[in-house]
Amino acid sequence: MGPFSRLGKVLTGEAGQTRTAQRTPSVSRASASEKRLTLELRHITKQFPGVLACDDVNLTVSEGETVALLGENGAGKTTLMNILYGLYTPTSGEVLVDDVPIVMESPSDAIAAGIGMVHQHFMLVPVFTVSENVVLGDEPTEVAGWIDQKTARDRVRTISARYGLEVDPDTYVEDLPVGSQQRVEIIKALSRDANFVIFDEPTSVLTPSEVEGFFKIVEGLKADGKGIVFISHKLGEALEIADRIVIMRRGKTVAEVVPKDVTEEKLAELMVGRPVDLVVDKSESKPLEVVLLVDNLSVLDDRGQLAVNGMSFDVRAGEIVGIAGVQGNGQTELVESLTGLQPSMSGTVYLGGEDVTTKSPRAIHKMDVAHVPEDRQRSGLVLPFTITENIVLDSYYESPISRGVQMNWSEASDRAERLVEEYDVRTPGINVLVSTLSGGNQQKVIVAREFDRDVTLVIASQPTRGIDVGSIEYIHSRIIEERDAGAAVLIVSSELDEIKALSDRILVMYEGRIAGEFDGSASTTEIGLAMLGGAGEAEAS
Amino acid sequence: MKPESDTAIYEGEGKRVTPAERRATIVGVILIVLAVFVFWVFALGSEAGVQSTFKLSLPQARFEDLAWTVNSRWLGFIVSGILAFLGGMVLRRSHVKWTNLALAIGLILVAFAFLTWAASGKSFSLVGMLRATVVLSVPVTLGALTGLMCERVGVINIAIEGQLLTAAFVGTIVGSAWGIWAGLVGAVLTGALLGAVLAVLAIRFRIDQIIAGVVINIFALGLTSFLARRVLSEATHLNSPGRFSPTKIPFLGDIPVLGPMFFNHNMFIYVTFILVIGLHFGLFYTRWGLRSRSVGEHPEAADTVGINVYRVRYRNVILGGMIAGFGGAFLTLAQVSRFEENMTAGIGFIGLAAMIFGRWMPLGVFGAGLVFGFARALQQKLGILGTPIPSEFLSMIPYIVTIIVVAGVVGKARPPAADGQPYIKD
Amino acid sequence: MSSDGDWGDQGYSAWYARVSGVGSSLAQAMIVPVLAVLTALIIGAVIIALTDVDTLPLWGSDPAEAFRLTMDGIFNAFKALFLGSLGSPRAISETLFAATPLILAGLAVAVGFQAGLFNIGVNGQMLIGGMAALWVGFSLDLPAIVLIPLALAAAIVGGAFWAGIAGLLKAKTGAHEVITTIMLNFIALFLVDYLLKSSIYQAPGRNDPISRPANVAAQFPRLLGDHRLQIGFLVALAAVAFVWWLMYRTTMGFEFRAVGFNPDGGRYAGMSVAWVYVSVMAVSGALAGLAGANQILGLEPYRGISNFSGNIGFDAIALALLGRSHPVGVLFAGLLFGALKAGGREMQGAAGIPIDLVLVLQALIIVMIAAPELVRAIYRIKTPEQEAGTTMSTGWGS
Repeated sequence: MGPFSRLGKVLTGEAGQTRTAQRTPSVSRASASEKRLTLELRHITKQFPGVLACDDVNLTVSEGETVALLGENGAGKTTLMNILYGLYTPTSGEVLVDDVPIVMESPSDAIAAGIGMVHQHFMLVPVFTVSENVVLGDEPTEVAGWIDQKTARDRVRTISARYGLEVDPDTYVEDLPVGSQQRVEIIKALSRDANFVIFDEPTSVLTPSEVEGFFKIVEGLKADGKGIVFISHKLGEALEIADRIVIMRRGKTVAEVVPKDVTEEKLAELMVGRPVDLVVDKSESKPLEVVLLVDNLSVLDDRGQLAVNGMSFDVRAGEIVGIAGVQGNGQTELVESLTGLQPSMSGTVYLGGEDVTTKSPRAIHKMDVAHVPEDRQRSGLVLPFTITENIVLDSYYESPISRGVQMNWSEASDRAERLVEEYDVRTPGINVLVSTLSGGNQQKVIVAREFDRDVTLVIASQPTRGIDVGSIEYIHSRIIEERDAGAAVLIVSSELDEIKALSDRILVMYEGRIAGEFDGSASTTEIGLAMLGGAGEAEAS
Repeated sequence: MKPESDTAIYEGEGKRVTPAERRATIVGVILIVLAVFVFWVFALGSEAGVQSTFKLSLPQARFEDLAWTVNSRWLGFIVSGILAFLGGMVLRRSHVKWTNLALAIGLILVAFAFLTWAASGKSFSLVGMLRATVVLSVPVTLGALTGLMCERVGVINIAIEGQLLTAAFVGTIVGSAWGIWAGLVGAVLTGALLGAVLAVLAIRFRIDQIIAGVVINIFALGLTSFLARRVLSEATHLNSPGRFSPTKIPFLGDIPVLGPMFFNHNMFIYVTFILVIGLHFGLFYTRWGLRSRSVGEHPEAADTVGINVYRVRYRNVILGGMIAGFGGAFLTLAQVSRFEENMTAGIGFIGLAAMIFGRWMPLGVFGAGLVFGFARALQQKLGILGTPIPSEFLSMIPYIVTIIVVAGVVGKARPPAADGQPYIKD
Repeated sequence: MSSDGDWGDQGYSAWYARVSGVGSSLAQAMIVPVLAVLTALIIGAVIIALTDVDTLPLWGSDPAEAFRLTMDGIFNAFKALFLGSLGSPRAISETLFAATPLILAGLAVAVGFQAGLFNIGVNGQMLIGGMAALWVGFSLDLPAIVLIPLALAAAIVGGAFWAGIAGLLKAKTGAHEVITTIMLNFIALFLVDYLLKSSIYQAPGRNDPISRPANVAAQFPRLLGDHRLQIGFLVALAAVAFVWWLMYRTTMGFEFRAVGFNPDGGRYAGMSVAWVYVSVMAVSGALAGLAGANQILGLEPYRGISNFSGNIGFDAIALALLGRSHPVGVLFAGLLFGALKAGGREMQGAAGIPIDLVLVLQALIIVMIAAPELVRAIYRIKTPEQEAGTTMSTGWGS
């Protein structure tokens, strides 16, 4: 910070906004061995209306150490980290750096205390360049707040070079692949002299080989004396990277283990609270006739770019085809096009031999296609509606739910009662708003609605994203039941584990094309290579 | 009841073309239709051999009697030909990028052909018209800048209309009582106050921002009308504030055409120019701009780097209100020098359209303001020429243009990503 | 693809769920509206006091007298307000008479709200619908029993058409209905001015924009002898029942509400969001058209004049909010506003308070209903447990 930038701050009346406390001297830059700082969360409790997200949680991490925080979705990990980063205020408990309690009222306090965070959903402004994102909130300025672009670029380049985080400072973030965006996030944290870096589910958006690259970065940071908190629900990764593993369940820390003492099975049991079968039970598939045939399909995304680029594949009755791939490679557009929600640019889609390319979503639905959309809250449900209303959301116009122009609400209630029972939806009643249900139960409502007829084709996108293990197991078993009953099933998921557990055949999608086809028993390495577009072109820009 | 197949209404015809190509088709067809229209109505509608005279200087200008005379019918033919050519080019879709440029050139030509037709056999002060365009663009531009200030930080401001109206009212009263400069200050502070009200409702109480804006508009209309009737009707001396007089900028003001258009006005117009340029550079090159835009695009990201989202929003919405206050002062302290009930007549909403048209960029907004200013100037000046078009239809022009703009015929712009979304922390 | 997806968040109705606190008891649901109206009246009194130009100078010399005069002024104003709205059979007739177009217009806005659309264009739709009804009313020579339904049908078609333009623009191009409907208001205003001076409409021998009168058979029959209350009020009651049935008992209403809460969810469930937008606007415009017909065929001089819809379209927004977009709520809110209007006229005549004050009161009522926290803060009422709400407005028509 030069004198001009200080002047700029004073001129724009922002002096002190970003520096509410003095920075902790960066130990890493001086000498890593002199003194190792410790970051400690002590007796943290966070009460949301109706939910106790964190219940007396304790956690410590020292510089030069990697701690994995493991837990199911909804166990309270992210809440805890948001407290640590000053985004939430805890109901009780405190955060200490080197045994000194610090006031955490906003992220600037966390930044000042040397804490950096790489969020699960990147905190990057898509329409800004890399360097603008990195300096945001801590801008090098000349007179009158004019941003010193050169210094900004240099800041990015310095950190890039130091940690091997290659990225061009002048590219717009929205034009970067996900892996590079994550690097920008890391650079952003490091440029603020973070001594502790928190990674929230960092690998969920990466391909298997990108994960390896990411682990190298983490090793580098650790070697440089940074303290790392690695939040995940993936057991293998925690075992691989962590020095210590802390396990959370329902807002409490239930165990702290060292990787060499545990197995994946043991970790899963600690995480869920009961023994978990990590393998899905399913018999050999018996594929019959082709149900879905996709021929040279191309689809544009919202920005007019080719998202699906000439895909051809088929799905047969009695088999599960899984589409693997990092999110954002055209899966969303593919599914929307297959279900009639988005027009295609070229190509044809056949359903049971009939050309359905230009059919409406309703017409396709009527051909006994079940669609479990990727975002249940945004597109699968109407949250302020009751369970009953959501159960009839796509059949309200048909007899017996409708009688001419009128709704037959008693019939609708009967159906809802039956499905709630049949699909094990945990709810006080059918007239409860779905918004009050847990994620797993919401997803079960959708699955119940979609599967409650003779389905010929199931299209399920991210069917178990963000829900508890019990519901995951349940939904997986329902999907396999549908297959065994003779339906063709197309699963789209960015969780490779899920794809591998369910699929009889695996297609890998990369930049709108099929980058590889495997049978259900292919290895993660093989598939991972295809997820990068085949020959390891990780950085196609 | 509902058609069985939704495709007709839902998916449209252009199923297998890119949106840009589809737009090119629409624009191409529009241009061809305009070509035919110009040929039929403006060219054949002007008598053969009759000329239109455009005066290019104001009566007491240094270079007097600059004028340009054209054959009305032939100009129509030429414009029609160019339009047909442009339309054909656009329809070929070979250069989709140039669609907007072709449309812009086409519309300017149509406007010119229209003026030629309207002025055929007569003399028409073109420079007077262009000058009026600039003057009339000012309130629209200021309204649009207000909207831009707010929306760039993610707050939709539909209350611009009410802010302009109330500021115009306060400017009148304070200006009448203590002089026009006091009136100006009063108006700007009023704008700031209403900006603060909007900010509190939208940020603190998280009322839907559109409803909050509508409420402020209703309140402003009700209160100013109530006070105008109850107070101004009795104390008429409070409704004659006087006005700011024009100051010609030396040298620049004497340039033919451009001088009277841009450099011979009152202070409001110059300040508007400065605001447009200042905000443009401020928004895209300074710390303030970077932070403001980050709050409008991705407030969580801004929050995580220690930017106080609420503070930035409050500040910009209030600053925006001050710009609207300035615009309100322009109405009563520069244009008409008295307050009338509901005198804004939708300028604030047209400003919103100009903001969208100008793609949330100050320079673009000014360009859009000029388009609307031109439409209103046309309506005013054509009355003098006495065209066969009923005045009501001329009055509709700005509103129809607004609809066309928001319908995206000029292409869709991307609003700030967090526009209209309250930021909820913890 | 239409740009439904751009309407990222949940619709207006989702916001009502928050504001009205779904599931709360009737007493809880009523407390905010009642306090909102009360507070607005108190603020109105303060405004009357502060703008009393004759009395204000007195505060310096004789505060006691000034206080007495001010209190007198306020008392007289509210007395006139009360007497003008409820004080006599004539006053009650006036209240119901004033409530008639408000209820119809309020229903128009409420239907839009429930389907996630904000129709600010009720004024314009009233103008077009009213002009259509008027044309039927003076050009056809039929008995009342045929002519009045025909005129109403014309009003429905006219209003639905005008609103349908905005619906179609939204469906096809994503143009935000708030802007397009406001613009259509202005266009309708000029169009009506033009029509009123055209040979079709203009009263013979006139130069100003005023139409010939509707046939006697088309004029709405009065219900209570000489009092102004006429059958338009029955039409409004029927409309309340119809809207209730439509929204809660039909498949179309189910679609409206589903799309209103979550357009994306509706789209995924196979509903045509574009079709819903067009039909919701048409239904909304049809109701507005009826309000317009009422403003011509339901009151003297039974002619079209410039801007005959007045401010009803904006009153309607307040009303829909006050009535929580529920048809029955709108009915009661309409009666309240009708009373305010009838009383306001009396207040203007007897106490010299400009009727624009009613507009101010309405704005205050909306704010307090839309931000219940405000009322709770003023009266220190405990907040019922509520979660942070969803937004309904996002970016503009892009």
